[in-house]
Amino acid sequence: MKDHDTLEHRLTEQGISRRAFLKFCAAMASLMALPPGSATAVAAALAQAKRPSVIWLSFQECTGCTESLTRSHSPTLESLIFDMISLDYHHTLQAASGFAAEKSRDDAMKAYYGKYLLLVDGSIPTKDGGVYSTIAGRSNLDLLQEAAKGAAAIVAVGTCAAFGGIPMAKPNPTGAMAVSDLIKDKPIINISGCPPIPVVITGVLAHYLTFGELPALDELGRPKAFYGETIHDRCYRRPFYDQGKFAKTFDDEGARNGWCLYELGCKGPTTHNACATTKWNGGTGFPIEAGHGCIGCSEPNFWDAGSFYTPLPAPTAEVTTVAGIAAVAGAGAAVALSALDRAKKKHMQQTHEKLTVKDLHD
Amino acid sequence: MNPQELLYWVRGTGLQISAAIFVFGMIYRMLHLALLGRKKSLAAPRGSEWGPGLRTMWRRSLVMPELSANGRFTIITGYVFHFGFLITLFFLSQHIDLLRAVLGFGWPALPRSVIDIAAILSIAAMIALLVHRIIDPVKRLLSDFQDYLSWMVTFLPLLTGFMLLRGIGFGYITLLTLHLLSVELLLIVAPFTKLAHMFSLFSARWYNGAFAGFKGVKA
Amino acid sequence: MSKLQRGINSFIEQIDGPIATFFTSCVHCGLCADACLFYTETQDPKYTPIHKLLPLRRIWQQEYTFWGKLMFRLGLSKPVTDAELAAWEPLVYDSCTLCGRCSLACPVGNDIVYMVRKMREGMVASGHAPEGLKGATQRAIGLGSPMGVNLNTVMTHIRNTEKETGLSVPLDKEGADYMMVLSSAEIAEYSEVFSAVTRIFHQAGVSWTMASDGFEGTNSGIQIGSSDLAAELLWRIVRAAERLKVKYVISPECGHAYTALRWEGPNLIGRPYNFQVIHITELLDQLRSEGRLRTEGLDETRMTFHDPCQMVRRGGVVEQPRNLLHMVAPNFVEMPDSGIQNWCCGGGGGVSANERAEPLRLKVFSRKKAQLDAIGVDTIVTACSNCRSMLLDGLEHNNMSVNVVGLTELIAEHLAPAAK
Repeated sequence: MKDHDTLEHRLTEQGISRRAFLKFCAAMASLMALPPGSATAVAAALAQAKRPSVIWLSFQECTGCTESLTRSHSPTLESLIFDMISLDYHHTLQAASGFAAEKSRDDAMKAYYGKYLLLVDGSIPTKDGGVYSTIAGRSNLDLLQEAAKGAAAIVAVGTCAAFGGIPMAKPNPTGAMAVSDLIKDKPIINISGCPPIPVVITGVLAHYLTFGELPALDELGRPKAFYGETIHDRCYRRPFYDQGKFAKTFDDEGARNGWCLYELGCKGPTTHNACATTKWNGGTGFPIEAGHGCIGCSEPNFWDAGSFYTPLPAPTAEVTTVAGIAAVAGAGAAVALSALDRAKKKHMQQTHEKLTVKDLHD
Repeated sequence: MNPQELLYWVRGTGLQISAAIFVFGMIYRMLHLALLGRKKSLAAPRGSEWGPGLRTMWRRSLVMPELSANGRFTIITGYVFHFGFLITLFFLSQHIDLLRAVLGFGWPALPRSVIDIAAILSIAAMIALLVHRIIDPVKRLLSDFQDYLSWMVTFLPLLTGFMLLRGIGFGYITLLTLHLLSVELLLIVAPFTKLAHMFSLFSARWYNGAFAGFKGVKA
Repeated sequence: MSKLQRGINSFIEQIDGPIATFFTSCVHCGLCADACLFYTETQDPKYTPIHKLLPLRRIWQQEYTFWGKLMFRLGLSKPVTDAELAAWEPLVYDSCTLCGRCSLACPVGNDIVYMVRKMREGMVASGHAPEGLKGATQRAIGLGSPMGVNLNTVMTHIRNTEKETGLSVPLDKEGADYMMVLSSAEIAEYSEVFSAVTRIFHQAGVSWTMASDGFEGTNSGIQIGSSDLAAELLWRIVRAAERLKVKYVISPECGHAYTALRWEGPNLIGRPYNFQVIHITELLDQLRSEGRLRTEGLDETRMTFHDPCQMVRRGGVVEQPRNLLHMVAPNFVEMPDSGIQNWCCGGGGGVSANERAEPLRLKVFSRKKAQLDAIGVDTIVTACSNCRSMLLDGLEHNNMSVNVVGLTELIAEHLAPAAK
């Protein structure tokens, strides 16, 4: 097996036409909001790109990210992007197991030290020495720290790896943390989502291969090309929001008319992701098209940000009780302080020196 | 703290703190005013206090004596601001969502076009009132720091709210956070400034009407 | 205790629930300025009614609000000083007639004049009252009348009246129904009122009397703002009325006498009266409605009525004078803003007793002049001798030839001959 074949060569081997490849490059370029005409540049770069070694570590996760990547678009060009890379270690996808599997990782880390890409899905438990998730007797934390050392860059795939995700949700029994909480000395790119959109993963990899560097990121380390706008910004139901037309229940007239799901708890306005444009399942649709509000899965702490069905303006904490207590306290303070003030007033009345005519001309 | 955490805090703990201060402060101040009390007049009444007191509570909003151009400007602009503010506050669907969550009940919202007009008019009226406060010699003389502070904390929620609805300037999360923070600032400041007039004006009017009613003055 | 401290203590004593509520509610909108003739006629913002209360407002903040107390203790809120009160004295006394028009204009419902009245308590206690008012009050307490009239003056008028009308003027008659009280201006300047009431009461068959120890209703104590001094003056009338066991005390044509007697009185002496107080206009209208007051002949001159503030806006007597005027004045016209919105003559609330305020009160008479110019009348009737004096001064100052007449005298002039 030739390790560093060019992509073009491999694609030809697999019977992928040049035309189909260019189409893919154009799609990537547009997704990443590159200037028009850069599709050819992408194609040229990709065609000549050497396959980098990729190590994929899975920690506290549900394999949903991998499922998303491998099953959703298959067999399209996106799945073939894995032919652009040398996936040297991936629990779920690799054929090897046991010592052989671990050895392939060790080998890759040694052979491509400083050059390999590290992909991580799942969060890392840190409590009690990280005992809550181990692979081959080693803690996730240990594995991550070891693999991170020689990585050129780290891609945190999915919300768990990017922001801690569901394992980190309250009360976070395992002390789960995001990759970026633990690794500070490597470039990290977060591809959040539960799961992330497959084409976003491939898009980021394509960018890395094309330009040899990570794409522009937002303040949460996510590629701006995919996370620059909110679901709300690009939602096809947006006109209904602007007109104030809202579905009140999931089966009312408004819901049937396809009105905005804001009042049913849609988190589209506060969620940065590309679902509304790239869509899912080969462009079939995205949750809002299926009649359910966005749950905000690509944002940090989405699991703890109140009910998925609570509208955004509603408080995320009990206000009524707190206000009730404050009212009682306020009444108490008023009774106490007004008693003091009345006593002062009374004192002034008692010590009042009667005004006489004499006082007028002193 | 990432933007989502900040928003979550603002929607939760921040709101709890500010709502608690608002409720505490308002109950404290209004009850304190009531408990200060007054001496019941020993004079023989010519009329009753309660009826005229209650009538004045709303009639004072309607009946105005002859006014100068400055006075008319204040009244008209003041009306536009108050109505715009109250319509936006109580009839924007997003606000009803919040109030429903807090109070347990809601009411129908007004169409967005109406809200937009109300909000724009209210913002314009506030700016006009600020300018007038600065240029009108009477208002300028009366104004102190509190007047400008009250203006600012009332204006910010209106402005950020409008920006949020229209998506102006910043992203939704930023604007929603700023809007909520500005509302919370308003809630915290209101009980301890002249903004407390939102409640005390009713008792002030009641006293005024009751004093007149006691004497049989048909004000 | 220093005078300043005495004044500040008095402010603290005066601040009650309504005042705290009013200060809490004020939004500094400035609308009260438009209601005050001292502002409308001068356009000087310092005459904005609520501004006249600034020192009292600070005392309220420093003594009755949480943050105010804190700021004051921390030295962040400056204490009220003698210099400040001295600076405010002309605002509180010279440019406020206690007319109460501002209290009707305030959109949040603040009874501003209620506060000015209370503020004067502290002003006078701290020694910051105008010399003119101090003198008037001293004369009232010492001599029995701010204008220096005494029982001898009254006796002279009574004798003249008896001679003129052939009727007796009852004095110190125990058990009479009504006790007539007069204002010092009536006794000093408008003594025709003696014969007017004597003839009217004779015709109507009213059982009445005057009291040798309580004939004067003008209360300088109310005007200077001292409840202590006001009570001292009021006690004279109360004691006389109770000694003579009358059912009613008739308040004269004098605005502040009516306020003092009718509304403040029982609170000043600390208990309800054993009699009722009725304004002369109220009584005359009552006699009219009972058919006991009959007039003959009409006065064809174009006539209007000046509503005294304390009688209408602060007293609730609005319809009665009109009912009476309609008996004799077919060409009666209302002034613009008549009734409870009427503009003050400019001399009420002690302003006319305050020499220092004379130029100002003559200046602001321009409002009354404009009202009169708008309707072009020959005669202006009023039911307050203080208004009457101020109207005469103002008209003369403006070279206007309009007659000023007291309502009671106007009625008396057209009195039908007594029934047999």
